[in-house]
Parts: sequence; structure tokens; C-alpha cells
Amino acid sequence: MTNLDPVQILASFRQYGHNALTGVVYHAHGDDWVEMVLPYREALVGDEETGILASGPIFTLMDMVTSTSIWIKSGVLRPQATLDLRVDYLRPAEPGKNVIGRGECYKLTRSIAFVRGEAHDGDPAHPIAHVAGTFMFMSAA
Amino acid sequence: MAVAFNSPYARELRLVQCDDGNRRIVTMPFFDGTVGRPGFLHGGAIAGLLEYAAWIAVLDALADDTARIKPINITVDFMRGGLLIDSHASAVIVRLGRRIATVVATAWQTNEARPIASANLKLMLERTA
Repeated sequence: MTNLDPVQILASFRQYGHNALTGVVYHAHGDDWVEMVLPYREALVGDEETGILASGPIFTLMDMVTSTSIWIKSGVLRPQATLDLRVDYLRPAEPGKNVIGRGECYKLTRSIAFVRGEAHDGDPAHPIAHVAGTFMFMSAA
Repeated sequence: MAVAFNSPYARELRLVQCDDGNRRIVTMPFFDGTVGRPGFLHGGAIAGLLEYAAWIAVLDALADDTARIKPINITVDFMRGGLLIDSHASAVIVRLGRRIATVVATAWQTNEARPIASANLKLMLERTA
């Protein structure tokens, strides 16, 4: 069930707020997953000396891809809140490279969505981050 | 007195830090760049605030300007929707080892007893001293 178009969802998000600040854009999607790109930008760097992206924007990227994967899987665009999200930072992103985040909703219940995902900077076989989390629907299905 | 951060992303989040006499508090002023779903702060912005609160708590504890800190992981629990107002965060070091720091950071808005989120962080320390 994929009536929802993540391109349209993202287009509405990009115009304001934290998503606009981080500049995340749509990349690809399937039945229960979405990929988005966090374009490299110096304003998102943690330490100017190294040029490595801060961990915060990667957390934001993974929050976005995992939450959007829930809408794609369920086919319903309804309000939801992140209950928890764990990000393992496997290695630093390479300076100058865009980060691609993939989020997958692997289980939906009436009120909870379980998600997981990975991020890489060019080669999916060498991920930079792994995430797992849960979201809660603000109104039951 | 509120002091800005050197980190570009912290400046992007407009974070400032101050010392209340006992501890360091990081404040993220409300602005458009912190908004998530309509009417609430974005979890990613709150996570960024928590990370920087943990970061400076460890830097303070190390008292070593040349030490480097690398994030290993972060688990954020979101307990209340963040309202469209200023947010604050402070961190407590659970254990400061030679190589690993375990830190808990908490974020709140008007009432510290009603936190909006907390985070458990593992940070890798590269000390030169």
C-alpha cells in the first residue's frame, strides 16, 4: 500500500522548519522504505578543523527517513511522535560527501510503528550509521 | 552570560551556553529552524541540543583543550512534544573512563521537572594528556 508519494510529502516539509534547515531531500522509496539525502554543507559541520558533519544532522536525517517510511508502509499520513531513536555512529562521514539515509518500517501495530535504518556516504556496504526506534500514532488506526 | 559555540552546527541551531553556578546549561532559542510537525519542535533539533549539552559536560570534566570526543551512539527518549518556545538542556556524566564517557542529558522548557526528552550517550575520548 503506497498511495502516498514521498516526493510530495517532502516537498511540503522542505519549505519550513528543521527539515528546511538541514536541507534533506527525497532520493528513493519502496513499499516500506524511504531514502533521503542530506547534502553536505559547511554549516552542518561539527568541528571546523576536520570538516566532518556533526552527528545532529544525521540524527535528523534518520528521524525523517524512518518516520516517512511509516507513512509509506501504512499509506496514511497521520500525526505521529518519535518515542525513541537510537543512532550508532559507525564511522565519521567523509567531509564533502552527501549522506544517504534509508529508513524502513518493519512492523506496524494499531498505535506503534517499529523502524530501523542505515546511513552511508556513497557505498551502502560501508554504512556510517545504524538506527532503531519506535514511533507512536497520535490517534489510533 | 550566554556564550555561543564554535561548532558550525551548534551555531546553526543558535545554541548558547551559560553557567548557573553549579552546571552548564545549553539553550536552544525557538526559531523556525527548530520546528518539526506543525506546532511542535523537531526531534532532530532536540537531539542536537542534547548532544551539545553532553559534549560540553565532558569537555568540562576532561579539562583538556586538546582532547577529542567522538560519538559512539545516542539513544533519545522523547517524553513530551516540544512546544514552540526556548528549550534548555544539561548533562550529567554517569561514568568518565579513560576512553569512554557515559553521559545522560536532559532537555526541558518551562519546568525542569517536566523534561521533554532525555538522551543516553556513549562518547569515545582521545586524550593527549
